[in-house]
Amino acid sequence: MDILTALLQGLPGFGGMSDQGLFITGAAVMATLMFTVMALCAIVFTWMERKVAGFIQSRYGPMRTGRWHGWAQAVADMLKILGKEDIIPAEADKGLFVFAPLVVLLGSLLAWVAVPWAPGFVAADLDLGLFFIFAASSMVVIGILMAGWASNNKWALYGAARGAAQMVSYEIPLALATIPVIMHVGSLNTQDIVIAQQGGIWHWFILRDPFLFVAFWMYFIASIAETNRGPFDMPETESELVAGYHTEYTGMRFAFFFLAEYANLFLVSLIAVFVFLGGWWSPIPGLDFAPALTFVIKGILMVFLNMWVRWTLPRVRVDQLMYLCWKVMIPVTLLCIVGSGILMITSGAVG
Amino acid sequence: MFERFIPVLLVLGVAGAFSGVFLAISFLLGPRRPDALKDSTYECGIPARGSIQIRFFVRFFLVALFFLLFDLEAVFLYPWVVLYKGLLASGAGGFALTEMGVFLLVLLTGFLYVWKKGGLEWQ
Repeated sequence: MDILTALLQGLPGFGGMSDQGLFITGAAVMATLMFTVMALCAIVFTWMERKVAGFIQSRYGPMRTGRWHGWAQAVADMLKILGKEDIIPAEADKGLFVFAPLVVLLGSLLAWVAVPWAPGFVAADLDLGLFFIFAASSMVVIGILMAGWASNNKWALYGAARGAAQMVSYEIPLALATIPVIMHVGSLNTQDIVIAQQGGIWHWFILRDPFLFVAFWMYFIASIAETNRGPFDMPETESELVAGYHTEYTGMRFAFFFLAEYANLFLVSLIAVFVFLGGWWSPIPGLDFAPALTFVIKGILMVFLNMWVRWTLPRVRVDQLMYLCWKVMIPVTLLCIVGSGILMITSGAVG
Repeated sequence: MFERFIPVLLVLGVAGAFSGVFLAISFLLGPRRPDALKDSTYECGIPARGSIQIRFFVRFFLVALFFLLFDLEAVFLYPWVVLYKGLLASGAGGFALTEMGVFLLVLLTGFLYVWKKGGLEWQ
């Protein structure tokens, strides 16, 4: 944000602007940038997912469109989906049905506001940063419930109920797993969290103490469940519920759910990166010449790990899902909080 | 203070505007040929049977209740967590940790009760 305002100030025509004007213009540019990045990452990740899935299953994935490894496949899909009919079922609750995809999309995008891309480069430098991210991404649950209910379809309703149960359950370990990190930082501001990890890979929170290491993996598992991806894709189990909560959606509205899913995937990966994996700092101290690039590359690696898990492990049952969340992850994350607290006292190390 | 949230509103506005543009493009490009069969509820090809207001597994409501409790607990944890480092530095770390330990213990008692009662089983 500060960088952006400084940049704008240098541009002709912006020099005479007031600070507030610059701030608002900068924020608008940032907002547009973020929407573009989100749309772009959804396009790139759909292609990447199909390639990763392909190679894991000993096949190629898309190969034709755009010659080189079917790189244009996702673009073609997006263009195609723009020209599709928008079907609203006669039985559906029209208002909710039309509005639900927007709630899901806006919910996942809103959380992006507090992601720290580089030093001073964050759309909204909120003191409540991480808390805001979790709060905003909770909106997705409401959107999913709206979609399932409004579709007036049994599959959709079941999918939505499962999705809501799963997402609210895993939100607890997700939030609790980040708490040991906040204890070390003493701030919820996303910039502060990254700055606290300066100076090489051994300063990243994942390697600070054993409890943080466990907390990272708890976060990782919860984040997979939170994005409704395999092995935890209960809301849309194709073999049981057709497509879950978006069974009745077509065309652009379906694409919104799809966009939101990949935006969410990238978001939880980026959170993992800036909370546990050192944010924009490179693993070797002194090599921090491209912070934003480092950050995005780490994020993409996390996304890759997510895809790897999705295409390797079989889907769990609903009861196993709930067992894992309530009887394993919540006690373990609570233990991590207490353990980290005790360790901080005994080691006497503050920071 | 609140001007920090201006970007949040702007993102909402921009994202809403872009979504609207995409919907408008798809509205202009896409065909509109509704018919009774296409607009009927999808139930794997057979006519939809019965009402959508089906019976629900009671566990869904229990999960919602537990979520409320635990999420509130997390909300109570956050202020303590942010202050913990400062308290440690001022020498009140042990006190702070005990305080939170008592809070977690009370919560844990309830959690164990629910566990014993079978509230967490999904059968």
